[in-house]
Amino acid sequence: MNEKAPYQKGWIFVIPVVALVAFNAVIPLMTVVNYSVQETFGNNIFFFEGIKWFQAVLTSDRFHAALGRQLAFTATILAIELPLGVAIALAMPRKGPWLSVCLVLMALPLLIPWNVVGAMWNIFALPDIGLLGKTLNNLSINYNYTQQPAAAWVTLIAMDVWHWTSLVVLLAFAGLSSIPDAYYQAAKIDGASPYAVFRYIQLPKMRRVLTIAVLLRFMDSFMIYTEPFVLTGGGPGNATTLLSIDLVKVALGQFDLGPAAAMSIIYFLIVLLVSWVFYTVMTRKEEA
Amino acid sequence: MRLRWLVPTLYILFLMLPIYWLVSMSFKTTNEILGGLTLWPKNFTLDNYITILTQPVWYNGYINSIIYVCMNTAISVTAALPAAYAFSRFRFLGDKHLFFWLLTNRMAPPAVFALPFFQLYSAINLFDTHIAVALAHTLFNIPLAVWILEGFMSGVPKQLDETAYVDGYGFWRFFVKIFLPTIRSGVGVAAFFCFMFSWVELLLAKTLTAVAAKPIAATMTRTASSSGFELGLLAAAGALTIIPGAVVIYFVRNYIAKGFSLGRV
Amino acid sequence: MSKITLHNLRHSYVPQPAGPDDWALKELNVEWSDGGAYALLGPSGCGKTTLLNIISGLVHPTKGRISFDERNVTDAGPGERNIAQVFQFPVVYDTMTVRQNLEFPLRNRGMPESEIPKRVEEIAEILDLQDMLPRRAAGLTADGKQKISLGRGLVRSDVNAILFDEPLTVIDPHLKWQLRSKLKELHQRIKVTMIYVTHDQIEALTFANTVVVMHEGTVVQIGTPVELFERPQHTFVGHFIGSPGMNVLPCDLVNGAPHVAGQPVKVQTKASPKANGQRLEIGVRPEYVRFADSGVPAKIIKVSDVGRYRVVETRCGEERVNVIVNDDMSLPADGAHLQFEPAFTGLYADGWRVD
Repeated sequence: MNEKAPYQKGWIFVIPVVALVAFNAVIPLMTVVNYSVQETFGNNIFFFEGIKWFQAVLTSDRFHAALGRQLAFTATILAIELPLGVAIALAMPRKGPWLSVCLVLMALPLLIPWNVVGAMWNIFALPDIGLLGKTLNNLSINYNYTQQPAAAWVTLIAMDVWHWTSLVVLLAFAGLSSIPDAYYQAAKIDGASPYAVFRYIQLPKMRRVLTIAVLLRFMDSFMIYTEPFVLTGGGPGNATTLLSIDLVKVALGQFDLGPAAAMSIIYFLIVLLVSWVFYTVMTRKEEA
Repeated sequence: MRLRWLVPTLYILFLMLPIYWLVSMSFKTTNEILGGLTLWPKNFTLDNYITILTQPVWYNGYINSIIYVCMNTAISVTAALPAAYAFSRFRFLGDKHLFFWLLTNRMAPPAVFALPFFQLYSAINLFDTHIAVALAHTLFNIPLAVWILEGFMSGVPKQLDETAYVDGYGFWRFFVKIFLPTIRSGVGVAAFFCFMFSWVELLLAKTLTAVAAKPIAATMTRTASSSGFELGLLAAAGALTIIPGAVVIYFVRNYIAKGFSLGRV
Repeated sequence: MSKITLHNLRHSYVPQPAGPDDWALKELNVEWSDGGAYALLGPSGCGKTTLLNIISGLVHPTKGRISFDERNVTDAGPGERNIAQVFQFPVVYDTMTVRQNLEFPLRNRGMPESEIPKRVEEIAEILDLQDMLPRRAAGLTADGKQKISLGRGLVRSDVNAILFDEPLTVIDPHLKWQLRSKLKELHQRIKVTMIYVTHDQIEALTFANTVVVMHEGTVVQIGTPVELFERPQHTFVGHFIGSPGMNVLPCDLVNGAPHVAGQPVKVQTKASPKANGQRLEIGVRPEYVRFADSGVPAKIIKVSDVGRYRVVETRCGEERVNVIVNDDMSLPADGAHLQFEPAFTGLYADGWRVD
């Protein structure tokens, strides 16, 4: 919109931000890179190992399994939360007091600390004393997320849908409320069906916000740690051990700094790469 | 189409169920909780809340959390304001790369940084202080704040700046007196998001604290594992963590829709 | 195509309208004959758009009835009324090409595929859109987009009426002319009823055969441009149309004859005016006022030369009277007197013309 003026002193404005983020990002990242190419036997004695840890991580079955679970998890929640969020946003009241009520209640899960979300679902789904778990068992559905991998997955996904669908709803709703009334009026005059209104007016206008929604949900679901850790601890067995849980197990549990660091870098690169691909693909059409 | 209201209603019902269960459990005695399923507390008790509000181990957790969250929000927004202004108004060497680099930090999994952060903040003697957590959270909050504010600022016509300069305003006076009031809803939205993400994050907050600055969320996990099956206490502590979020949402309720579009629709 | 009739129409946006201020539209009875070119003229907020939306079915009137020919369509939706409408700001379907945009209303109404391209080409030709047909609509300029909106309104050949809601607001001035002539030309070709909402008198007077002037929710006059100019039915019409607008001066009755500032003034009215508590005024356009040796005394305040003639602003007591004077005429030094052309001087009681 605004033509930007060339002004090299613009750098002065960004110094505080760069300093803070660099302090937090560059030093730890260098630490991680440093670990990732060395071997240690304690006593602060390190040996240079080159890309050994990277090879080890990339070829290990354990990493493949965690990555596979991570991809399955992210794909599932995206497939549920996006359409659901858009559908709810479409059905929301457009204005009035009920809109405020909807917005406030829907935003609530987003502001609950993540471990509380985990704890809440943990007790909500407990098969013997939780409302959900006990009710399911009373309906003679054999459900115990602490022992059945399938039940653990369902609970994990239900929790994420509970926690994050509202973000998609609010973003989609923001996109919808930016559509001027004239568009809906014109569509009525043109005799458009409700589907055509959705396909040719609402969906295109939500495109930008939905791009943001996909990116945020992808990134955050890929980085998810606290909620599944509190809910299932990665179990039963390793059934719900997602990437970050596995990473923390390796780094802090077994103190294998080299492999953990190599895994961190691979992990970070995957998030970056996929985000970039998403972003490019989803915005490319807009420019054409 | 007459049943349209059912969709949001059912969804809100689904959202409220686990919260209801948590709150209802917080008013129950341990015996009742372990005894089976009761939809409503039979022996209504406030003991769990009294414990939390009278024992320093518990209530200090809340105070610690609020301190570092507020510090983080202040630091993130203050630092992000000039940067966002530069990104929205000027072209300078490497601006696009810098912007992208900032955003990549939003994509850094906290799990990756937990250990190096511990070492870094221990090395500079900030371990177990509020400022350590506040600074650590700027890693993901500053990129977000810059991004949100840049969106809002780009929506303000450049003529506003030029008119102010013509009228004899210096840069800082213009920025504080004219520009900030113009984008105040953007500042509010950015602050809201910083508050939100700092409040809900636990992994880094837990890693960087031990006693003095321990957040409430960490107090909960440790108590849950060490002091046995005190579910009522845990539920009460959890219910109390919902309150600050609810208060913040209530204040920004009229900006939520616009806020979540991050000024970019 | 059909005649559109509004019977006792009223509309309010408040659920329980109490005072007259709650009514966006006060009692209206208007007939729009088939194939007419109408302009709906009035200042912002006078209810023009509300009226237009009631005709198209986007707004359901609080009271009253709308018929197309003899069919009552009050409860019919916009889809059933078979109406086209073009809005103030361009509405285009961003993801479609220009061609798909134009095809959209036809496809929605199930026109046979074989006939669509011909119709689209026809409209594209009228609006000079042929070169743009394969392009995506999103990338066009504001006036390009508005042309598409116009095109979507015009593309259906069987509509009952085409409604335009200030469609040229976003268009560059030099293109406005062009598009307006296009619309006029099109009206002559297809003879479909067109109702054109605007607050710009030039737009209204050049486009329409019949102009409907609205003021505060009521229709104050329906007439040809000439009628509006020469015989405004309400002082508002006199003010609003013409540049500068009609002069309105308070008058008294002396022995049943209107007097302004103590001087008798001849007015064009058959009725003998009575003073029954109403506010009486005379209205005369600056074009029909001239300087003379006797008549209403006035003082010259300001002279503006607008090119082919001069506008002279005078004061008659507290009242301002504009006089249009040819360039070659000299102005009286001081102590000027004004004469009003009797055939074009009207008498107004409480704002309404006394005929």
